[in-house]
Amino acid sequence: MSSQELEFMPSTDTMFERTGENTIVVNMGPQHPSTHGVLRVILELEGETIVGLECVIGYLHTGMEKEAECQQYLKCVTMTDRMDYLSANNNNLAYVLAAEKLLGIEVPQRGQALRVILCELSRIASHCVWLGTHALDLGAMTPFFWIFREREKILDMFEMFSGVRMMPSWIVPGGLRGDMPEGFEAKLRSFIKEFPPALAEVEGLLVKNPIWIERTRDVGVISAEDALALGLSGPITRGSGIAWDIRKSNPYSGYEKYDFAIPVGKNGDVYDRFLVRLAEMKESIKILQQAIDGLPEGPWNSDDRKVVPPPREELDTSMESLIHHFKLWTEGFHPPVGEVYQAIEGPKGELGWYIVSDGSNCPYRWHVRPSSFMNLQALKPMCMGRMIADVVAIIGSIDIVLGEIDR
Amino acid sequence: MPAPVFQGERLEVIKIRERFPSAIIKVKEFRGDTYICVTRESLKEVCELLRDDPELEYKMFSECTCVDYSKWEHERDLSDRFEVVYNLFSLKYFSRIFVKVGAFDGVTVPSMTAVWPGAEYPEREVWDLFGVVFEGHPQLERFLLPDDWVGFPLRKEVPLGGEDVDFAQNTKGPAVEDVSMPHAGESFEGKTGSEDVSGR
Repeated sequence: MSSQELEFMPSTDTMFERTGENTIVVNMGPQHPSTHGVLRVILELEGETIVGLECVIGYLHTGMEKEAECQQYLKCVTMTDRMDYLSANNNNLAYVLAAEKLLGIEVPQRGQALRVILCELSRIASHCVWLGTHALDLGAMTPFFWIFREREKILDMFEMFSGVRMMPSWIVPGGLRGDMPEGFEAKLRSFIKEFPPALAEVEGLLVKNPIWIERTRDVGVISAEDALALGLSGPITRGSGIAWDIRKSNPYSGYEKYDFAIPVGKNGDVYDRFLVRLAEMKESIKILQQAIDGLPEGPWNSDDRKVVPPPREELDTSMESLIHHFKLWTEGFHPPVGEVYQAIEGPKGELGWYIVSDGSNCPYRWHVRPSSFMNLQALKPMCMGRMIADVVAIIGSIDIVLGEIDR
Repeated sequence: MPAPVFQGERLEVIKIRERFPSAIIKVKEFRGDTYICVTRESLKEVCELLRDDPELEYKMFSECTCVDYSKWEHERDLSDRFEVVYNLFSLKYFSRIFVKVGAFDGVTVPSMTAVWPGAEYPEREVWDLFGVVFEGHPQLERFLLPDDWVGFPLRKEVPLGGEDVDFAQNTKGPAVEDVSMPHAGESFEGKTGSEDVSGR
């Protein structure tokens, strides 16, 4: 090799650091395709076995909680999409429900059913991304392409609603920004019909695949007791055998009316979490079918004019409507003094908002309980004593979104 | 199924009152949620009681967060500047309870990492953003913010937009060499590979 070529060779002492006679420290990320964003993991290795692990986060921190303290309640909705950008509707709903709890208002039945439709579509889209990338991380490339084709259809439906594919901000305090668009119902019905066979195709590639089972079974095991003490939630706790789903245990938006099951795993390993999420997608399809079949007629927005803007026609004839319209778009609404917390079952687990209001038109404190942030705590106990290649499988099965972790 | 209520008081509150009569400062109900304000000294005992009592079983640590009340103009639950709020969940009744404890500069709050290991990340975040010190926490280091950050941005004295920028006298723009930037996160000098990042 010439001397010029040698200069481009990375020096070995910047790649890892020796910490003991048999242990070295290796850096993974933040620019690593299998960390699903800008997560940096510092691994301490003995041979190929992990003996120490530390997560470094904050690369995407944009101070959204501080920012919200000078934004009106309605404007905060737009920020929630940017947290867990793979399931924006669920984020909207969690925040909006908290704001509505603070205001003490109810949304009409049609609005609630449309919210459920948006959220379940979002859950399927989020699980599609998880399934595609998780399989891709472990070397299976086909599922990624097949399942992203299905996700495209969901994003097209969001586009019909709002004109935006990933950040609709369509759920707002008091209801929705608008009714279901024309042609949406037919598209949703055809999606409900087409999705299960498409999912079965992808399942067929993985569920009984010996390589997949070898890579995922008995990897990243966590017990039910540990999972709860660590604050984990969602598919991870269900994979460990806890039948807890906030949609069932503390229903919101009329979830008590739908008939669906809580899929539960047994061993709490990567494979069980994989099966739980696959089953969850099928349950979501069941909910979608019931929601669209029983979609009630009527208003989709609350008629509280202090929160929801009046329809355009009213502005021409009613003085009060004109005042409400003007006040709402300049000042926003003023919730009562107090504090609330509202949680929903997001695709990744418990997703909650904690709002403290001082009676002004901006929140005094606006805090999100991000499911990925708490679930990331599971990485260390799951990885300890395992091989370095398992880290990739475990990160995939925790299903993190760094936008939500860093905020 | 919500947690049982006896004569308008939740079971959790009755249990805590029985075991630790002086622990509770105030109990607040708002929009169906119960907030129990306790003293710093009794926080750990109260949390252990909530976790271990067979009739309560608050085994799930949901999260904890903090609020800076220094610019609050209404009635308060506690008199200290900060309020750390622990959010706990019981799978027995699928019920939620909030335990609040006060904190101010120069006082430590006992860390709950010994009771629920899940408290590690949220407590570290509270320290990072508010500067509330948790005694017994394994790693109180910068988390969301860069390692060389100065100050605690979620405190109310840190301005929200409209910050004062140091302008030099009689010049049209900021004199770059005079600006002290305590909150500038990382210095990119020498890290990007180009000599002059600012384009000057």
